[in-house]
Amino acid sequence: MKNGSTTPQPEAAHGTLTSYTIGFVLSIVFTLAAYFAVVDHLLVGGVLAGAIAALGVVQLIVQLVFFLHLASESKPRWNLVVFLFMLVVLVILVFGSLWIMYNLNYNMASPHDVDTQIIQDEGISK
Amino acid sequence: MTHHDDSKTLFGFWVYLMTDCILFATLFATYAVLHNSTFGGPGAKELFSMPFVLTETLILLTSSFTAGLAMLAAHRLNKNQVLFWFGVTFLLGVAFLTMELTEFSKLAHEGNSWQRSGFLSAFFTLVGTHGLHITTGLLWMGTLMTQVTRQGLVPPVVRRLTMLSLFWHFLDIIWIFIFTIVYLMGAM
Repeated sequence: MKNGSTTPQPEAAHGTLTSYTIGFVLSIVFTLAAYFAVVDHLLVGGVLAGAIAALGVVQLIVQLVFFLHLASESKPRWNLVVFLFMLVVLVILVFGSLWIMYNLNYNMASPHDVDTQIIQDEGISK
Repeated sequence: MTHHDDSKTLFGFWVYLMTDCILFATLFATYAVLHNSTFGGPGAKELFSMPFVLTETLILLTSSFTAGLAMLAAHRLNKNQVLFWFGVTFLLGVAFLTMELTEFSKLAHEGNSWQRSGFLSAFFTLVGTHGLHITTGLLWMGTLMTQVTRQGLVPPVVRRLTMLSLFWHFLDIIWIFIFTIVYLMGAM
């Protein structure tokens, strides 16, 4: 069975043994990098959180390119369009929820907790 | 079945996967909101064994790779290799699921079930939903391997295998985020 390279379908690009192997090796490398950065305390605090999040996103891209062949999709790239729309919904959903719940916590806390929070946020020392 | 219909079917399946991503996004959002609500109980740092989780991750990553190898064989119409690589993928999937259920039962036996705190409710819902998807994927894989054996690699079967491999890679991506957000960030 031979697929025409002109038809816009995900299987138009199946990938090759080389592309799957590159994807697999990169995934393993990034997974181990993130793991040892945390377990062996190679980085600390905000830098560590940022590095792990970045490694997660890089792995997402590796998988999309080498396993799901999103980059080699032929035009019109509907798969990519739906994927990007999903990302917009995802960002609104996750960050919107965190924002709303943070505000709720803040506004529904007891007066004492609010005092503590304000003192902490403004860096006031008692 | 023409190629044109195939591409529509695969596009439809892709749209389903994207909506499934949104389902997981809501569960990730819930987890992000509740991850500090431990109600005096243990948090992520005390509960999870990192080498155990790394092993789970490597098993699932490898299974995603072997699913890719199975698809390469499917496009070469090599029936025996398809069955071999999906067989390997299936066994790795079973190993992953067994490890996940072992972790769940260990947590529940220690009194840290989903009833313990908001954090644990969110954890079990998120990771459990992923496990449920893996279970469905394994049932689907078993069914398709039977079809490959009986019908051979006819175009409808190859199309279904393509969708299954998309599903399996997708579950691997979701797990990468569970590994990063729940386990790695929890252990910091």
